[in-house]
Amino acid sequence: MNIINIEHIAKIYKVGLEEVHALRDVSLKIDKNEYVAIMGPSGSGKSTLMNMLGCLDTPTSGKYEFKGVSVSEMSDNELAKIRNKEIGFVFQTFNLLARSDAVHNVELPLIYAGVPTAERRERAIQALIDVGLKDRLRHKPNELSGGQRQRVAIARALVTNPSIILADEPTGNLDSKTGEEIMGLFHEIHEKGNTIILVTHEEYIAEHAARIVRLKDGLIESDERVDKRYIPKIKSTLAQ
Amino acid sequence: MRTILFEFKEGLMIALRAIASNKIRAMLTMLGIFIGVTVVVTMSTAIKGIDNSFQQGISSLGSDVLYIDKWAWFSNVEWWKMRNRKNITMEEFERFKNLAKLPAAVAPVTNTVQTVKYQERRVENVFINGSNADYVKTTNFTFSEGRFYSEIESNASRQVAVIGSEIAKKLFPNMSPLDRTIKIGGENFRVVGVLAEQGSFILGPWNPDNQVYVPIGTIFKNFASNRFRSITINVRAASPALVEETKAEAEGVMRKVRGLAYDQENDFSINQQEGLQENYNSVVGVIQIAGLFITGLSLFVGAIGIMNIMFVSVKERTKEIGLRKAIGAKRRTILAQFLLESSVICLVGGLAGLVAAVLLSMLINQFIPTSIQIGSVILGIGISLLTGIISGLAPAYTAAKMDPVEALRYE
Repeated sequence: MNIINIEHIAKIYKVGLEEVHALRDVSLKIDKNEYVAIMGPSGSGKSTLMNMLGCLDTPTSGKYEFKGVSVSEMSDNELAKIRNKEIGFVFQTFNLLARSDAVHNVELPLIYAGVPTAERRERAIQALIDVGLKDRLRHKPNELSGGQRQRVAIARALVTNPSIILADEPTGNLDSKTGEEIMGLFHEIHEKGNTIILVTHEEYIAEHAARIVRLKDGLIESDERVDKRYIPKIKSTLAQ
Repeated sequence: MRTILFEFKEGLMIALRAIASNKIRAMLTMLGIFIGVTVVVTMSTAIKGIDNSFQQGISSLGSDVLYIDKWAWFSNVEWWKMRNRKNITMEEFERFKNLAKLPAAVAPVTNTVQTVKYQERRVENVFINGSNADYVKTTNFTFSEGRFYSEIESNASRQVAVIGSEIAKKLFPNMSPLDRTIKIGGENFRVVGVLAEQGSFILGPWNPDNQVYVPIGTIFKNFASNRFRSITINVRAASPALVEETKAEAEGVMRKVRGLAYDQENDFSINQQEGLQENYNSVVGVIQIAGLFITGLSLFVGAIGIMNIMFVSVKERTKEIGLRKAIGAKRRTILAQFLLESSVICLVGGLAGLVAAVLLSMLINQFIPTSIQIGSVILGIGISLLTGIISGLAPAYTAAKMDPVEALRYE
């Protein structure tokens, strides 16, 4: 079953009097439990595509169905609901609330989902244990390393059991060893049956995925399965 | 309903976290509202106090007493016309008294300002009120000691005096004034009565507590210049319901005494406490409006401070807003978060302001009788909440309508 079904979408921004065609004509289907990397140089439209996929933005034209439901004409509030329930975001800059501890950061999407206090605390703690931060529950972001921060962000993305995990340059702010660990974590999350969409411009990061979609000038340049997937050696704590 | 409560609770928690994470800024912002609410509530309490004092004071004049005078208290008649009026004389008073049938009491009154002394103690500029024994019936006087001077004392112009409570306090701090001899303008008078506290400070020298009452003849005898001044005739109606009738009769009788032809204007005025009340109301109305305007201005400045801080806060947390929206916060959730934040700041500031206002009112109460009104408390809380919501609205709306993509990209 397709989770994501995009047909001929285009996105045009108006910058002053000029029109910028960020996406010209993109069609894409993503199935459940796929691990897709979206690649492309800056200006290729990959950020715009990611915003579309993440329901942060709606296309100017074309059709976008998320689990068979048309997203293209949804209101702001309906989009917020989809984002909350179906999509887990992981950002390059982590985007944690600086003054809140790990548990509260992970709880955040559950608050907006209307989950009662006790249940969401329990779920947040479990998600943090799952990403290997059992003894960092009450730490604030500035007391955590970069890798640990990204793990908190991944726990936050996982806590709502979303249909897709959308990761935008998740290793961009990390050193290569830590980046490797995070990719290992993604690998395990994928193994557990989650759907992951990874946006990156690093070839070696994209190679972790099973499928690579390359964008250029607002069009899909290539869409291919990876024959020799790179399986990270370092095991994360997810399995523990 | 449950989801609204849930959202309110969660929004409040988020707002409290935001405030707690920036305590000094929140406190400085609260200060603006604190000062605003303090002055607004204190001002309204002070005005209430002035009002209380005046009403208390004016009631000592009696609402059913008419004052026939050469001068009008409040009128459009030019002062020089009134100056040219004939003086009201004792003879005219006697004729008036014989002709007027409705009044319960009629008394002639003349005043002089003198120094009152008892041994070493003295009070300057005291209103010495000269009248007859009926005068007490035109007032609501009560006595703490002694009595009013009698008809015999009055007719014989005996050197006797009734003193107001304030005068008694000043001249006789630790003894009874009864039967002591005081000096009024250098003349000896024996104290026969002391008034219980009557009026209020607001009437100043016109407060009965600050006056001395003597038989009218003694004034003409001792302070000769008063013989050439106009007297006032105090007329008390038999009941408040008969004030208008008594007034009409008094006008007719006075015209007859003066021998005025039907086409001649009155050459006297009939004054009433009512006029004083009207005049007071207009004065206090102005004080009220001006006072509340000025204090309201300080509250307004506080509100601008809050709005400013909220705008900064929204700008500063653009990325956070973007994240919250990305993970599922709706517009109204963000709106509520920031509105609650400004409301909490205002409410806390306002409550602190109320506490300060209560303390200040207790201080004011040392000078004028007042107390904080429950209305002022509601006003204070209402104002601070309203300020919070109004000054938070524009920043919160800005936050709510942010585009998550733009907000997340914001550095």
